[in-house]
Parts: sequence; structure tokens; C-alpha cells
Amino acid sequence: MEQKKITIAVTGLNNIDNPGPGVPVIRGIKDSGMNVRVIGLAYENLEPGIYMPGLVDKTYLMPFPSTGSEAFLERLAYIHEIEELDIIIPNFDSELYLFIKYSDQLLKMGIHTFLPTMEQFEERHKDNLPEYAKKYNIKVPESIAITNSNELSNLPKPLSYPYYIKGKFYEAFKVVNKSQGVYYFNKLSAKWGLPIIVQQAIHGTEVNVIALGDGEGNTVSAVAMRKQYITDKGKAWGGITLNDERLLEITHDIIKKTKWRGAMELEMIKTDAGDYHLIEINPRIPAWVYLAVGAGQNIPEMVCRLAMGEKVTPVREYEYGKMFIRYSWDLIGDIADFEKIIIFGEL
Amino acid sequence: MSKLTSLAISDNGFIFKPSTGESFTTNEIGLLIINFLKEGKTANEIIHEITEEFDVDAISAGRDLYEYLDFLKREKMLD
Repeated sequence: MEQKKITIAVTGLNNIDNPGPGVPVIRGIKDSGMNVRVIGLAYENLEPGIYMPGLVDKTYLMPFPSTGSEAFLERLAYIHEIEELDIIIPNFDSELYLFIKYSDQLLKMGIHTFLPTMEQFEERHKDNLPEYAKKYNIKVPESIAITNSNELSNLPKPLSYPYYIKGKFYEAFKVVNKSQGVYYFNKLSAKWGLPIIVQQAIHGTEVNVIALGDGEGNTVSAVAMRKQYITDKGKAWGGITLNDERLLEITHDIIKKTKWRGAMELEMIKTDAGDYHLIEINPRIPAWVYLAVGAGQNIPEMVCRLAMGEKVTPVREYEYGKMFIRYSWDLIGDIADFEKIIIFGEL
Repeated sequence: MSKLTSLAISDNGFIFKPSTGESFTTNEIGLLIINFLKEGKTANEIIHEITEEFDVDAISAGRDLYEYLDFLKREKMLD
């Protein structure tokens, strides 16, 4: 008997030099063999995922989350009326708040999500990392959230150069003097708002983990990776899976203590002495998720199954030494498609 | 030795360290040394093997071996 077709909406189709996770999430779902119809939700009319052949069945433009919840929910209700969505996988930090806040409302409409709770989402914010570390006994670099660039002149000890100055949602820059600090403070606050986070730079190698928690303290999936090539935007251009038992142990421990629900990315620095310092938790699937799929753990598929209420057996094994290398590829599009997105907000 | 056994080493001399994702290349002698170490041979036995295999005296072979062991330890590939 053929499996019932489920309709999955995915955001983050911006497969650009700072890529969103939408395209690799969809690739993972399609690789799983699940019987799906994929709906793209885009914020910009030139997000490449809209135009990639065979990727999405249909795309709808969405109002930016900053427009407010009313317009956001109205648009989702309209799309749902046409498409009868079963699942939404949001992939942007900036939209997660709305999706988490209205997840019950979405569920009443018949739309499933598998996201962290509002408490889990809020407490791991960059500006809250020191408290988070204390609560869950995790090592983190010294950091402080500031709302005025004057505070850079009087940072509490032991914060010192070099440090990272980070935007509320995205982007981080290494700073070695005050004028650099002020420059990046202004740049990031104008783009992402306040506060700005100042975080001590730790000497070591950045290692990352993509993980999925079931909300009951179990790690359903976890894959460790080291970036092999980093772009000027700090994004991985290439990466390789690791067999780092300690890193995975820390991941399991964090998920157990926090009862994390949904996908996450842990960004950590491993020092030469072998200590691990957590520098950030991203409360969503990262853009390198397809590496995890290639290494043997199909996290997008597992997210869908958990969202639909299925029990998913935790997976521990994956292949070490699997690599990803990003590439750019010029798609040839048609003005008629672009016109449909511009005029109707649908393609 | 346990660190050495966790390495993935190809016949071409490509070494992959799964715990860190780092990769290295090594020459024929390096590959031979790693294989002897994995077999549990002592330094003197390895020097003897190298002098048997290559046209090199024991002093040079010893110098090469200890330099290589330093490299393996520095890169945390050897306990």
C-alpha cells in the first residue's frame, strides 16, 4: 500500500554565500524516500531554492517576521487552505520565535512542527550564555551583552583583546582594538538590533555538532564536524565529519539536561589542552545538514517523523571522514517565473 | 599506540585523523614506520628494518625515525 503523501513546507531557500538550510533540508527529505509534496516558503524573490529544478513543488512568498504575527499567520493560513500543510520546518533564527509562539495554533490548524519550547529557545540566546552555562555546567568563554558602544571602553575583566563582537541573531567579527569594536558594534546593531554580544576569543579549533533532541532528554541524532574552509562571512565552504567522542558526550549531556526538543547546532572551540568551550547554540538545523545525511543520519527525515508524532529510534553511528564541499552554480531562469513571484507571490 | 590505530592510513601515504578531521601526507619511510609501530616493533627493530629495506646506515635511519616520532607526537597521533 502506498504511503500517504505528506505536505511539508520549508523556509530558508536562500542558497547563497551565507546559505540557509532549506535546500539541504529538502534534499534530505527527498533522499529519505518519504512520499512528500514540498512547499517552499521564501522571503525574497531571488532565493535560489525557488528556481532550482525539481526541488520544490510550489513556492509562496512570506511576509518578513518583523511585519508582525498577524500578517505572518494570515499568509500561512492562506497557504494552508490551498496546500493542506502537514509539517512546517522553519530554518531561520529570526522566524523561530513566531513559529514557536504559535505552534499550538498551527497544530490546531493541522500543521505540525518539531521545535524547542519557548523557554529552551529563550534561555540559550547568545546574551544569556553565561547564565545558561552556569545552569547546565557547560564551559563557555567570558561574554557580556551590551547596548551602547561606550561600554566597549570599560569591559569587565577578564574580557580583553582579541574578542568577538556578535550580532543578536547572526554574524560575528574578531576585534583587536576599540575602533574596530565600535565599527562592528554600529554595523551589527543597525542590522540585527540590540543587544550586541562581546565574547572572549578562545584559541583553538572550532568544532560543530548537529543534533536532534526528542524533548524527553534523548539525543536522537548527533554528528560532529570540523569546518575545513571558511568563507569571509565565516561560513563553512567545506567540512568533514569527526569521531570526537568527548564532543558527542557533551552534546548528549546538554540535550539530556535541557530536554532539548528539535534540531540544534552546537558551536564549540576545542583548545590544544582538549577543553571544549561552547560559543553558540543555534536552535535549528544548520546549513551543513546534508553532510549528516551523507554520513548516515537523515536529520530532516527524523524531524518530519517526530513532528508527525512517530517514535524515532536514536541513531549513534555515522561515517567519519565524510566531507562536503559547497559550490556555486548558475541557474538559468525565465523572466516569466520571476514575474509570477513578483506579481502573485507564488510560483 | 591506541592513537595510531585510530588513524585511517591509505597505501598512498594519506593519513586521516578522525578525531580532529585533520589530514597529513607521509612518504614511503613514514608509512613503513607507522606500520612497524602498529605491529609493536621497538625503535631498534624499526631502525634495523629500515636499514634492511633502504640504502641507509643505522645512524641516519635512527635520526629519521626519531624525527618522525617527534612529528607523530606533536600532532597527537602517538601516545
